[in-house]
Amino acid sequence: MSGVKNVILCGVGGQGTILASRILSICLIEAGYDVKMSEIHGMSQRGGNVTTQVRYGEKVYSPIIGKGSADVLVAFEKLEALRNLSDVRTDGGTVIINDFAIQSLLTLQGAMEYPDDAAERVRALVKDTKVIDATGLATDLGNPKAANIVLLGATVKALGLESLDWDYALEQCVKPEFLEMNKLAFKAGLEA
Amino acid sequence: MKHVGLNVAADPLCTFAYTGVNGGMVFISADDPGLHSSQNEQDNRFYAKFAKITMLEPSDSQECKDMMKAAFEISETYDTPVMMRMTTRVCHSKSLVEYGEPLPQKKKEYVRNRAKFDPVPAMAKGMHTEVEKRWKTLCAFAETSGLTQEEWNGGEIGIVSAGAAYQYAKEVFGDGASYLKLGLTCPLPIERIRAFGDKVKTLYVIEELEPYIEEQLRAAGIACVGKSRIPVEGELNPDIVRKALLGQETPTFQYDKSIIPIRPPMLCAGCPHVGFFYELAKQKDVVMIGDIGCYALSGNPPLNAKDFALCMGSGFSMAHGAAKICEKFGDSHKIVGVVGDSTFFHTGMNSLLEAVYNNSNVVLVVVDNRITGMTGHQENPGSGHRLNGEAAFPADIEGVARAFGVKDIHKVNPMVLSESREALKAALAFQGPSLIITRYPCALKKYSKEDFEEFGCDRTPYAVDEDACIGCRLCLRLGCPAISFDKGGKKAVIDRVTCVGCGVCSQVCPKNAIGKVGV
Repeated sequence: MSGVKNVILCGVGGQGTILASRILSICLIEAGYDVKMSEIHGMSQRGGNVTTQVRYGEKVYSPIIGKGSADVLVAFEKLEALRNLSDVRTDGGTVIINDFAIQSLLTLQGAMEYPDDAAERVRALVKDTKVIDATGLATDLGNPKAANIVLLGATVKALGLESLDWDYALEQCVKPEFLEMNKLAFKAGLEA
Repeated sequence: MKHVGLNVAADPLCTFAYTGVNGGMVFISADDPGLHSSQNEQDNRFYAKFAKITMLEPSDSQECKDMMKAAFEISETYDTPVMMRMTTRVCHSKSLVEYGEPLPQKKKEYVRNRAKFDPVPAMAKGMHTEVEKRWKTLCAFAETSGLTQEEWNGGEIGIVSAGAAYQYAKEVFGDGASYLKLGLTCPLPIERIRAFGDKVKTLYVIEELEPYIEEQLRAAGIACVGKSRIPVEGELNPDIVRKALLGQETPTFQYDKSIIPIRPPMLCAGCPHVGFFYELAKQKDVVMIGDIGCYALSGNPPLNAKDFALCMGSGFSMAHGAAKICEKFGDSHKIVGVVGDSTFFHTGMNSLLEAVYNNSNVVLVVVDNRITGMTGHQENPGSGHRLNGEAAFPADIEGVARAFGVKDIHKVNPMVLSESREALKAALAFQGPSLIITRYPCALKKYSKEDFEEFGCDRTPYAVDEDACIGCRLCLRLGCPAISFDKGGKKAVIDRVTCVGCGVCSQVCPKNAIGKVGV
């Protein structure tokens, strides 16, 4: 379907991928796009991986896409970028990676090595790969959990959607006491 | 309810179809193609046909809302229960919805009518006649219903589809095919499908899971292509449909995926189940039968405590059966059955009574974490609060067991490993049914005032004394997400942010190398 953009946000349960997807979706809806958002998160609160897909355009049919169709893949954790890389279009896909590692049970137990070079492996395949220290930037702002909003900012920049009303979308989804910090996190992501 | 829930509700459903509903009755049943979080991939559409009731299948959020109104209208007009059949994808995706005006709720007065509502055999015969009459009426209604929509784009390819599969079809074929989109899928509008099929050269049936639509079309002599090309297993997506019907594949990056560790779900740091399962797994000749809930994860390494499970309730029911078989053949295995607190009240109590009344030589365990953990912390009859948060009298598991006649009962704080160990030793040695109740709140629970009073709930994290740690890795056998192993230094490491201070690892450590931070 031409004219429809596909964004995949992936990470580990608890990283805030779903909240970031919601903010993205709300802003796109306000801007007049047809939007479908889909979550794939079986037992994610127990340490599993989470993927959400946001599709927007004039008219969106399927809530999910298949392999090789993501315009932008946003990985909240670098191993997840590598895991989901086959979702990215081979002709002009973009990957945004948070330079942050969360171990899996297998690496904790020493059954497998965590691939520390995950981001480099992605970059070797996808020219347009951007690695940012979203967790570090959010920590500097006072809350490492706001890494999801930093990444949202970076995603918005990659999609060229800076002109939309992101303050409004943040206000709809973020508790008032965290709003200012999240606005700063969003800005940090835009500038990263 | 989810798909397997309808298996349990199938008994009332099939006779409810006989009595009719008086007012309006719609139930939602969600299948899980792809088993995102389920034990099977059953296709519940067959239940609608089996019970001879009406079924609607929405394909996006707007239709979920619109069809709910239509479903109630059908239910009230035709005096039938209506099944709203969903799938994971429709439930877990969001799309734009335009609201309408809510209608006022009206009470329908009760009128005694045994011929309609009391299905003793003499009455039920007449009810069955009504079901058959109603079915004919519903079939006629289906043929003219506005819930079936035709989109005509020429006669080359015609697609019959419903639910999420329709969206995938639109994504793949766009304006390159004509569509007969079914909203009402039981009874099927067979003649409308026949007329549509007659107008196209090739008729595809695109449906997830079983050939529910396809089989009925074939039985009606309508030629179509479906499951010979589209997989029966798993969740569909546009890629799968494109490959199956058009033979086209989207290019993807090729790279070495063998180096990517999977992320199996794991019991949380501080999960009160971990210590008990650690002790249980150390027992010899035990077969542990589990149930549904977080503790389903207890079978995974490194705990390896659970042998198998089947469904909600299997923790006690299968354990009783297995114990009786062991007894019959003189098998030396000791059978342990495990259910959670919520499952105990939902489905475990019946089987506890069964095991006790029949003097089963079995150890039954309720891992009571003071809440319904896996599904997101809903209150249950043991938690002391109703779903709306109101205080209620907490049902007492021990009291239930004593009323049933259980004599050998052990209450355990699972955060103290020796308590679990002693209870297991005594219960496994006991001839006859034993019950162990472990009681400590879920690590993710928002503790109540009662929780603080009863358990203290100190969350000061623990740390490893590097000088004392000998790198034996015993603490890693708990599978705690907070504990990792530093290969370079050959020491265990506890992540302070993840640790919630349960202290179970400090009891496993043979060198007392793990202690509370700052103590």
